[in-house]
Amino acid sequence: MTIAVIDYGMGNLHSVAKALEHVTHENVVVTRDARRIRGATRLVLPGQGAIRDCMGELEKTELRGLVEELLASQDKPLLGICVGQQMLLDHSEENGGIGCLGFLRGEVRKFPGDMRDDRDNRLKVPHMGWNLVHQHHDHPLWKGIDQDEHFYFVHSYYVEAADDATVFGTTDYGRVSAHVAIGRDATFAVQFHPEKSSRAGLQLLENFVQWAP
Amino acid sequence: MGLAKRIIPCLDVDAGRVVKGVNFIGIRDAGDPVEIAQRYNQQGADEITFLDITASHEDRDTTVEMVERIAGEVFIPLTVGGGIRSCDDIRTMLNAGADKVSINTAAVTNPDFVYEAAERFGSQCIVVAIDAKKVSAEGEPDRWEIFTHGGRRPTGLDAVEWARKMVAYGAGELLLTSMDRDGTKVGFDLGVTRAIADAVSVPVIASGGVGNLDHLVDGVIEGGADAVLAASIFHFGEYTIPEAKRYMANHGIEMRL
Repeated sequence: MTIAVIDYGMGNLHSVAKALEHVTHENVVVTRDARRIRGATRLVLPGQGAIRDCMGELEKTELRGLVEELLASQDKPLLGICVGQQMLLDHSEENGGIGCLGFLRGEVRKFPGDMRDDRDNRLKVPHMGWNLVHQHHDHPLWKGIDQDEHFYFVHSYYVEAADDATVFGTTDYGRVSAHVAIGRDATFAVQFHPEKSSRAGLQLLENFVQWAP
Repeated sequence: MGLAKRIIPCLDVDAGRVVKGVNFIGIRDAGDPVEIAQRYNQQGADEITFLDITASHEDRDTTVEMVERIAGEVFIPLTVGGGIRSCDDIRTMLNAGADKVSINTAAVTNPDFVYEAAERFGSQCIVVAIDAKKVSAEGEPDRWEIFTHGGRRPTGLDAVEWARKMVAYGAGELLLTSMDRDGTKVGFDLGVTRAIADAVSVPVIASGGVGNLDHLVDGVIEGGADAVLAASIFHFGEYTIPEAKRYMANHGIEMRL
C-alpha cells in the first residue's frame, strides 16, 4: 500500500506528505518515477504557483502522458490539490490562456479585482485564508466533516466546472461562487489545502486514504 | 459569511527558545517553540509565524530543526522569517516544512530578490515584512518610513510607496510592523495599517503594539487588516486564542471559531 505524491517539480510537497503520514501508516512517497507512480495504490496531484509552470513542468518531466493515462483509466483514487485541481479542467485564463488536462469540463477563471466586502473594504486577491466550504453532493471524502466547515485557501484563480454533477463543494468570495471540490469516478480535487486545514483537512485526507471507489 | 480574518500568534525564536522583547530590547523567555506552536494550534490559531532572531550560523541549524519539528505536528500555515537573504535560504525553509517565508532587510537592500523569489517559488509563499515608523511631525500630513535593523536604521523609503512596490515585485502578502508600537501594548498604528491596506491588492497582516483584544478589533475594522499578529498577549497567558476570536466575532468580525 503506497500513496504517491506526484513530484513534477512544482511547489512544496513536504506539507502534503507530512500530513498524509500523520493520518496513515501506509507508505507515503514523493516521486516522479513513472514506475513507482504506476505501482502506487493512491495518487496525490499537488500544484502551486502559476499554471503555465505547472503544465510546463508536467510536460518537461514527461509525466503528462502518464497522468492523462491514469486519469483515463480511473483505476486508483487520485486527489488533486490547489493547482492540481485546476489542471484537471479544460482550460485556464491564467498566463494568457493555458490548455489543461481536460479530465473535467470547465474553465479556470481569475477573481475579479474590484470586489468589496460589506464594510466597503477591498477584497484581496489572492483569496488567502480560511473560508467556508459548502458541500453540495454527498461524497465519501466529506465523511465526518461539518457542512460549511472552514478550510485554508491561497489562490487567485478559481474553478468553474460545466457539469453540476461534478461539483461537490463551493465557496463564496465576493460575488464569485467557486467550485472548490470537484470530481468524478475515482478522482476528487480541491482548491483548498487540506494539509493546512487543521482538523477538517486531516479528516479529508484520512477519508481519502480510506476511500475505495 | 465568508473569508475569516486571521489571528496569527508570532514566535520570536532565539537559539531554540521563544523570546519576546520590548521595542526589540529586553528579552523575556516564553518557552519551547514546538510546545507553544502545538498549544496555539490546539487553541485554533489560524496560522503561526516563526521569526528567527538569532544571528549565528549554528543557531540557524537549530531553527531549521525547529521548523521541521513544528511542521510535522502542526497542520496550519507556517511562515518563517528572519535572515532570509537568498533563494537557497527560502528553499531550506520550505523543505523544512514552512509554507511561506517572510523577507525583510533583504528586500530593502535588494528589491529584485523579492521578484526572483516570487518567480521561483510563487507569490503565495512570499511575504514581505515591512517595518515602518511614523516620521511626520505633529500637524504635518501622516508619513511613515521604512526602517531596518530592528528599527534602528532609517532608509528614506516611504512605507506606502514601498508596500506598492513590493506587491508589484511579487509579494503575496505584507506583514506590516509598526516599529514605534512594537512591544508597547498601546495598539497598532491604525493610520499606516489603513493606508497600506487600501493601497495594495494583497492581504495585509497588522503587527506591533497589541496589548488587549480591542486592539485586534481595531486592526481589522479601522486598520482594514486581513490578519492580526500578536505575541506577548498570548505567550504570557493574558488571553487565549479562543477568547480573542470570540471577542472579535462579537464585534461583527468574520472569524473561524
